[in-house]
Amino acid sequence: MISYKKRTDGRRFDELREMDAKVGVIPRANGSAMFKNGKSLAIAAVYGPREMNPAFMRNPKKATLRVYYNMMAFSGSGERVRPGPSRRSKEINLVMEKAFEPVLDLVEFPNTAVDVFVELIQTDAGTRCAAINAAALALADAGINMKEMISAIAVGKVYDKICVDLTKEEEDMEAVDIPIAMTSNSGKITLLQMDGVLSREDLKEIMKQARDATLKVLELQKKALMEKYGGQQNE
Amino acid sequence: MNKQYIMDLLKKGKRADNRGLEDYREITVEYGISPKNAEGSARVKIGETEVVCGVKFEVGTPFPDKPDEGTIMVNAELSPLSSPDFETGPPRIDSIELARVVDRGIRESKCLDFKKLCIKEGEKVWMVYIDLYSINNGGNLFDAASLVALAALKDAKLPKYDEKSEKIVYEEKLKTGLHLNELPVEVTVCKVGETFFVDPNFDEEDAVDARLTVAVLEDGRIAALQKGNIVALTPEEIDHMVEMAQKISSSLRLKL
Repeated sequence: MISYKKRTDGRRFDELREMDAKVGVIPRANGSAMFKNGKSLAIAAVYGPREMNPAFMRNPKKATLRVYYNMMAFSGSGERVRPGPSRRSKEINLVMEKAFEPVLDLVEFPNTAVDVFVELIQTDAGTRCAAINAAALALADAGINMKEMISAIAVGKVYDKICVDLTKEEEDMEAVDIPIAMTSNSGKITLLQMDGVLSREDLKEIMKQARDATLKVLELQKKALMEKYGGQQNE
Repeated sequence: MNKQYIMDLLKKGKRADNRGLEDYREITVEYGISPKNAEGSARVKIGETEVVCGVKFEVGTPFPDKPDEGTIMVNAELSPLSSPDFETGPPRIDSIELARVVDRGIRESKCLDFKKLCIKEGEKVWMVYIDLYSINNGGNLFDAASLVALAALKDAKLPKYDEKSEKIVYEEKLKTGLHLNELPVEVTVCKVGETFFVDPNFDEEDAVDARLTVAVLEDGRIAALQKGNIVALTPEEIDHMVEMAQKISSSLRLKL
């Protein structure tokens, strides 16, 4: 069994990559934000509540959240990514929608759509987490009612060590990767996926570390919102 | 803003934001905005309008009629993130036109030496993929897209090609860039009533009767044209629009 002694970029095992966040980066959108997680860079825009088409998809009880995740053609390592949706991106759309639904209050606007578009400008693992963090800020910026904030991070295991916020280089080693999205106040999990093999104990430890890590993400999200809204924002 | 009001102002030679008819909004160019995986990248902002571009290299077989020349492919995505009017789904005609107009400026100006993109005649050449994405549509995506494509090409460095394994080593970028022997800047001149002006913002663009995109070379010659919108233009008007584009193009080129 190989032991992972030192992370390739020199971080502590529980240390996140350098992050950056900014709210209100796309003037035409109702809400927007960018979130940078190491070298992974996501920008998100929210349009809505607006008319929902096709009409038969309308929900008379509440607005429908639609998420679109897209990697720009030049954003991935190796060959160019062919533009357009893939099976992978469609699944990410689905799990991202489910990640937000528990905290969104959409009953005020029945029959409408709230559209969230996320573009990845550069990718280095953890892109769905960066996408969620940007989308959460964009939803807040658009004034969509949220009961709690959503923050996401990937925690995994590289060889024998539990590591927070893996890079692509680490993911490509003997690694398990678990993206996790959590609610800010109650620490409940709204997105959970996993690639690889783990023990139950490891998963418990990973969820514990994910809570600590997402609280750090949350801190930055709050700071980014404060930068735009100052005192007006009631968290 | 009211379309009629903007049209009336323009017909009097005035603009809602007090710009002169030949004035662009503030232009910023940023290089290397996606340096990890793209071989070249850039961002251009013209006022609130923002477009990003990335360059990726692949190796492919040349066209039979040009066995010693590499190829370029320009693709534009009018991202639904950048405007409430853009939708998801396969590229619509607007984005295809945008990509083809940018492509034509680069291709016809011969600003890239396609022969230098040949690895082995008749067998292997570099294929240069130029991907454009609108981030915020505040009007005049044409000029922003043309400018950012040139910036990303300027930023691009070839990856290493391993002859033995016949594979690209994307992790190793060479010092060799793409030598651009021209900067074919595109200027779109718009017409409303009898007024000619450049760089329409979002509201102005909606009021435009006719537009003409002109790719201008450094010595003033023109390399590509595209007329758009529904109003017909006289040869004299076209000549006037080309003259305006020639005059204004050098100030855009200085931004690169």
